[in-house]
Amino acid sequence: MATRPKIDSGIEAFNNDLDKPWQFEEDGYTVTRGCAWSAPGCHPVGCGIKFYVNEDGILEKVEGDENQPITQGRLCVRCLTLPDMTYHPDRVIYPMKRAFEDRGKNKWERITWDEAYEIIETNIKDIKEKYGPESIVVFGGTGREGGPMCGPYGQAMLGTPNSCYTQSGYACYIPRVAAATFVTGATYPEMDYAGGLPGRYDDPMYKIPEVMMTWGKEPLPSNGDGFFGHSVIDCMKRGSKLISVDPRTNWLATRAVYHLPLRPGTDAALGMAMLNIIISEGLYDEEFVSLYCYGFEQLAERVATMPPERAAEICGIDVEDIYGATRMYANAQNAAILWGLAIDQKANGAQAGHCILALEALTGNLDVPGGQLLGDVTDSLADLGFGWSSLGPELQNKIIGLKEYPAYVAIVLNSHADLTLEAMETGEPYEIHAGFIASTNLLAGTCAAQPKRWHDAMQKLDFVFAADCWITPTIQCCADVILPLATFAERESGVAVHYGASPNMTGSVVNAVQVGETKGDLEIQYEIGRRIMPDNYAKFPTLYDFMEEFRFGNNIDYNELKEEVTRQRKVTYKKYELGLLRPDRKRGFNTPTGRVELYSTMFAQFGEDPLPYYEEPQRSPISTPELMEEYPFVLTTGSRVYAYFHSEGKQIPLLRELNPDPWIEINPKDAEKLGIIDGEWVNVENEFGRCELKAKITPVVRQGLANAQHGFWFPEEDAEEPHLYGVWRCNINNLMPHKFVGKLGFGAPFKCIICKIEKLNK
Amino acid sequence: MRNGLLIDYEFCSGCQSCEIACKQEHGFGVGKWGIRVLDEGPWEIDEKTMNWNKIPTPTSLCDLCADRQAKGKLPTCVHHCLAGVMRFGPIDELIVEMDKKPNQVLFVPGPYTCK
Repeated sequence: MATRPKIDSGIEAFNNDLDKPWQFEEDGYTVTRGCAWSAPGCHPVGCGIKFYVNEDGILEKVEGDENQPITQGRLCVRCLTLPDMTYHPDRVIYPMKRAFEDRGKNKWERITWDEAYEIIETNIKDIKEKYGPESIVVFGGTGREGGPMCGPYGQAMLGTPNSCYTQSGYACYIPRVAAATFVTGATYPEMDYAGGLPGRYDDPMYKIPEVMMTWGKEPLPSNGDGFFGHSVIDCMKRGSKLISVDPRTNWLATRAVYHLPLRPGTDAALGMAMLNIIISEGLYDEEFVSLYCYGFEQLAERVATMPPERAAEICGIDVEDIYGATRMYANAQNAAILWGLAIDQKANGAQAGHCILALEALTGNLDVPGGQLLGDVTDSLADLGFGWSSLGPELQNKIIGLKEYPAYVAIVLNSHADLTLEAMETGEPYEIHAGFIASTNLLAGTCAAQPKRWHDAMQKLDFVFAADCWITPTIQCCADVILPLATFAERESGVAVHYGASPNMTGSVVNAVQVGETKGDLEIQYEIGRRIMPDNYAKFPTLYDFMEEFRFGNNIDYNELKEEVTRQRKVTYKKYELGLLRPDRKRGFNTPTGRVELYSTMFAQFGEDPLPYYEEPQRSPISTPELMEEYPFVLTTGSRVYAYFHSEGKQIPLLRELNPDPWIEINPKDAEKLGIIDGEWVNVENEFGRCELKAKITPVVRQGLANAQHGFWFPEEDAEEPHLYGVWRCNINNLMPHKFVGKLGFGAPFKCIICKIEKLNK
Repeated sequence: MRNGLLIDYEFCSGCQSCEIACKQEHGFGVGKWGIRVLDEGPWEIDEKTMNWNKIPTPTSLCDLCADRQAKGKLPTCVHHCLAGVMRFGPIDELIVEMDKKPNQVLFVPGPYTCK
């Protein structure tokens, strides 16, 4: 076994469980080692966990597993409270049904799995026959294990093309993935933090990034897309310098050499200006550009239209800082950009993403140690398109949004979120009659703009079933059957860091305990799929056969992985020189020209400008000055906290103590002007809706900027309609507009809208 | 030699894993802590600089995880610290570490001596 790299907590010096087997006995406990995914949610980070199960089969406590090569024993508060969640009295641990006429009422009746499956099968088959398979929609959420299964849940398990991540403009991850696919031919260039290397940061192949630039990302609490956020701290301790691009001064920004607090939504302007500086000052990697880039001249011409001085004015930051940060990034031996959710949450986000990818390419930081790591075509883990081909061309062509937004629909094989809502409301292009709420609480200020509209539309559906750990407001509103979802301590599966999109690590998810009759997402898909779409599952005699192909691409034997617990993947750098980025194994990148397309032929093909451009947010002091008197604040939302994964965790006392109420951050000078004091409940409102939040007076937001917390509901309040656990009162997504998306259908202004803030009882 | 906790607050991110790990280890529940993260800031030093330090501070309930120590294990806060900024050990060893960089604080929890 490789030497475990130190994280400086001194674990090596004490008794520890390094090199212990996957299961062992200690002090009357059976200790099982495994990795976290969901539920409770997180993205696929695969943090190492030791489950301590007592003689009665109860999970008494968890500890971080020192053997996990990335997290090395560390755990966040959400995993540390796993036992509290597992045995919470409100948790759903048996299948339940409710009469159609009792929707909205807390009148649930325990049933068997067989009965639940019978009800689902009968209703789904009936609706398919009456209205066609396309009349069913799977509502998907973010990075829990069920999140990326949204496509297969619909297309393989139920036979509908309409799998739908419900957030307007798919304003999470996919806009970045689209830009990366079009420009570089790779899924998503993640910062290289040596996750796949046996010696980690000390591995001879690795080099600590000289500079890291976080861009619209707060990696520490979010672990976005499976990136272990505190790797940033690990690197800083080893000498990496930080640049922070963020409207807010988050804690990490206070440790940055440069902090560029740009106005929300102006990222593309800043990106173009940085490219302008790099090109005009000759700071780019000439060899890489000449060998591996396409369209350098056109890009140079385009970014010449964005002098840094103009960007400084648009973004509201000092021009010297743009120069300074750009030179620092470009002059570094190796540097990594950590792009975040902010890129997705604006209509102009694809262009901001394009700029960031061009920065990475021009500086020669793609696929180098401590730069941006790309996926290896010879080591892919799973087929995310499972079921799509079985639909056949007629059903495929019926997926909602294919005509209007083909780039969106094709890249993620999802129906377009905004158009799916419209179809549910209007019956155009056809009526929607059934739904599956798959690991999402979309009404609770998470992944839906205008959640009340979604609520009203979902309530009308003839049949809805759901899988979750709780009766959420979304489920209470409209579900007829609930399937109890297992935690990651109760299911068998695997977790590939960063969805397997870059070479890192794969870990086992193990069933250390059984609680009630819960099942995992894989098991639910397999069992329902065999009833409703048996042909798609006929080649899998057992659940393990299904898991190994679906989750591991048949590259891993689950029982072997369970014993190893974690397996690091093969890391190769400069794969573009080795033919490891293209299915035809030729050198170069997997784009039409074989190069990084600074001038994107794919964007052009879809009718988008092939070069990055800047566009103001649809609501802003520049685009709508006439509205600013009434709505003087630029509003950004969705920043993450340690206590919660989106709408989860509100029932857990130890987590709620950390964050009892939903807040909105307001600058002290603005608060003084409005007569608002810290901790006071305020009305937050714009032309699209309103909600109430608790004022948090803080200089982390500049004057004129407000930042609102998302995902709050109140499990302790009245469960039934119309109150529905108080889901509307503090719901910041009430203020988010429908279909304010970009030209290709991507992106929505969750982080750049406007609002007013006033005392609640004026 | 007494044992202590050496904390590097230059890199403490304020994740509060120490607080929750401690509550879980000792069963403190809501309203009681064995360690608490002091949120020192944010406030503006000048237009471009913010003072913001997160400083884990052991309370009177901290026994440096005596039960775990008896098994040779690290205190749970040190084990779970996401930023890896906490060290446990005899204070003479910790003082050597303390001399290597600024922005560190050494706590030596124990019973009050005044009563």
